[in-house]
Amino acid sequence: MNIVVCLKQVPGTTKVNIDPQTNTLVRQGIKNIVNPFDTYALEEGVRIKERYEGKVTAISMGPPQAEEALREVISTGADEAILLSDSAFAGADTLATSHTLARAINKLKQYDIIICGRQTIDGDTGQVGPELAEMLGIPFVAYVSKIEEIDNGYMRVKRMVEDGHEVIETPLPTVITVVKEINVPRLPSLRGLAKARSAVIPIWTAQELGVDKNMVGLSGSATRVIRVFFPQRVHHGEILQGDLESQANSLIDKLREAKIISGS
Amino acid sequence: MEYFLNEQQKTLKSLARRIAEERILPVRAELDEREEFPWGIMKDLAEADIFRIFIPEEYEGLGGGCFELCLAVEELSRVCSGVAVSYAASALGSFPLLEYGTEEQKQKYLPDIASGKRLAAFALTEPTAGSDASAIKTTAERVKGGYVINGTKQFITNGGEAEIYTVIALTDKARGARGASAFLVEKDTPGFSFGKKEKKMGIRASSTRELVFRNCLVPEENIIGKEGMGFIVTLRLLDRSRPGIGAQAVGLAQGALEAAVDYARKRIQFGHPIISLPVVQNMLADMATNVEAARALTYAVARTIDSGAKKFTEEAAMAKVFASDTAMKVATDAVQIFGGVGYMRDYPIEKMMRDAKITQIYEGSNEVLRSTIAFELRKRKARRE
Ligand SMILES: Cc1cc2nc3c(=O)[nH]c(=O)nc-3n(C[C@H](O)[C@H](O)[C@H](O)COP(=O)(O)OP(=O)(O)OC[C@H]3O[C@@H](n4cnc5c(N)ncnc54)[C@H](O)[C@@H]3O)c2cc1C
Repeated sequence: MNIVVCLKQVPGTTKVNIDPQTNTLVRQGIKNIVNPFDTYALEEGVRIKERYEGKVTAISMGPPQAEEALREVISTGADEAILLSDSAFAGADTLATSHTLARAINKLKQYDIIICGRQTIDGDTGQVGPELAEMLGIPFVAYVSKIEEIDNGYMRVKRMVEDGHEVIETPLPTVITVVKEINVPRLPSLRGLAKARSAVIPIWTAQELGVDKNMVGLSGSATRVIRVFFPQRVHHGEILQGDLESQANSLIDKLREAKIISGS
Repeated sequence: MEYFLNEQQKTLKSLARRIAEERILPVRAELDEREEFPWGIMKDLAEADIFRIFIPEEYEGLGGGCFELCLAVEELSRVCSGVAVSYAASALGSFPLLEYGTEEQKQKYLPDIASGKRLAAFALTEPTAGSDASAIKTTAERVKGGYVINGTKQFITNGGEAEIYTVIALTDKARGARGASAFLVEKDTPGFSFGKKEKKMGIRASSTRELVFRNCLVPEENIIGKEGMGFIVTLRLLDRSRPGIGAQAVGLAQGALEAAVDYARKRIQFGHPIISLPVVQNMLADMATNVEAARALTYAVARTIDSGAKKFTEEAAMAKVFASDTAMKVATDAVQIFGGVGYMRDYPIEKMMRDAKITQIYEGSNEVLRSTIAFELRKRKARRE
């Protein structure tokens, strides 16, 4: 079983500043982490490997320092890691990112399951997983909360939907995104940490991927960020007066008015 | 303080701390309250390779020694010594095998202990044999193909949870202490069952249980060393493991000290944080000094052992005695600094005081170990060393 996990290095805090000129995050002085949702993707990949044997390859597109994130996932079970890094990849939106990742996965040739986190905590779009599947021309299942069985070129998974769960069977290869309910990611192991320290992480550039520079980075992006701003904090709080009973009654009235509850 | 840890030791220390803070801290009060064996955490430690550190590389370990074990135990104990001792007891149970086991025995058992798949335990104490270990009554009678064990062991850490037990029993009653031998007994061996699970003052996450042997047949290849070597194995084992109890005590004391400093900075009385009171400062200064001294001694002894020293009985006893007395004093003073809330179960500090006490009692009570140290002093004087 060849498992590919796509992950992103993100700022480890929500208190970031936006560069007003470029509309991008100011990354200086901020500790980076592996996107938390991607740690579930990695853990699930490692568990599949432990259950069915195989290999877990972690891929990340990002600046050179994203190598740290890849070393970290080697310490928690990834067998190999590849960094996709090139100045041409800078400023990519989800479309250009997915294109770059898809090219890298094609270059790997052998893949059965591709796992992504449900979304990143910086971009928050949740688009890369489905776009990747589309570009690779393979099935996609979002919000997977359990991998029930993998057998004979098929995989049965449980996924979370608004009002419950769906069980889906899909042929392999396939792309899934996972939710945090799927597992508890392990901590690094001593052997993993030693391996991570000495691991050689290849860097694939635009040239190595053979990509058209108009399909990656800012020039390959279908969207442009016009402006980034912090929403204004508005306080709509209201303190109810009176005795307990009248407070409760007026609370119920207000909830009904707001259509949060119904009936009488 | 600079203890000159190498890269691997630093990695081990920080990983053990991370496990303690991320996995043990959130559940320690509940484990204590419910007296529940920490299987989830044992699994975390196993996955993180922490059981591998005291096993040689040829048996799937990472080839560390006493010092590495101390680093891990100290970090775990800083958060919960009940969990730390459950981990450490597996090392205790496997040391006799490491030192005296045959190649076959090592190949058979050590890889599973290294991976954390199976826990080990060591069983010496009996209802009538505590400090006086030579009073044990459990027997191992030679029969065709093996030994039949009869008797009851008491207060065995990891009892019921471990799968591999090193058991000391008499193969020759007439010869007393020279007639004892060590055996490997696997859980689920017919005739081997578990008795009373103790309800304890502290280290309540750990399991302390009776082992009951009724005509329990173990194959002859399960003897560790030779017949009659039981007490040699035991004494060597305890010399080797006592710095581990020192580390357990140091970690606990460190945790209590940190909690006390934190609280003293925040608690306001008479308009100031209580840490500005000279009496509190004195107490904290003494606590910190003793913790550091205990750590330095424990590390030094562990490193002496790892350096291949032949004899280290008194040094090992010193580390255990000094660190455990320190832990008891520091934890008690920490409760004092917390005042009334320190006495309440809402804060972790009363648990630390309850947990500290055992370090003065097990693996040789401090009174017995002081006489051990004095005995070595006399011997040395007599030899004019
Ligand atoms: C929680 C817990 C876990 C344990 N785990 C294990 C384990 O995994 N394996 C195992 O084999 N045992 C284990 N023990 C047993 C432990 O090692 C003994 O309790 C300890 O050695 C003391 O023996 P005792 O309890 O019989 O006390 P006793 O020997 O009855 O001693 C009582 C008091 O008399 C004093 N005393 C006795 N003899 C002397 C002497 N010669 N000189 C000075 N003072 C003396 C002691 O210091 C002590 O204060 C455990 C005990 C506990 C409480």
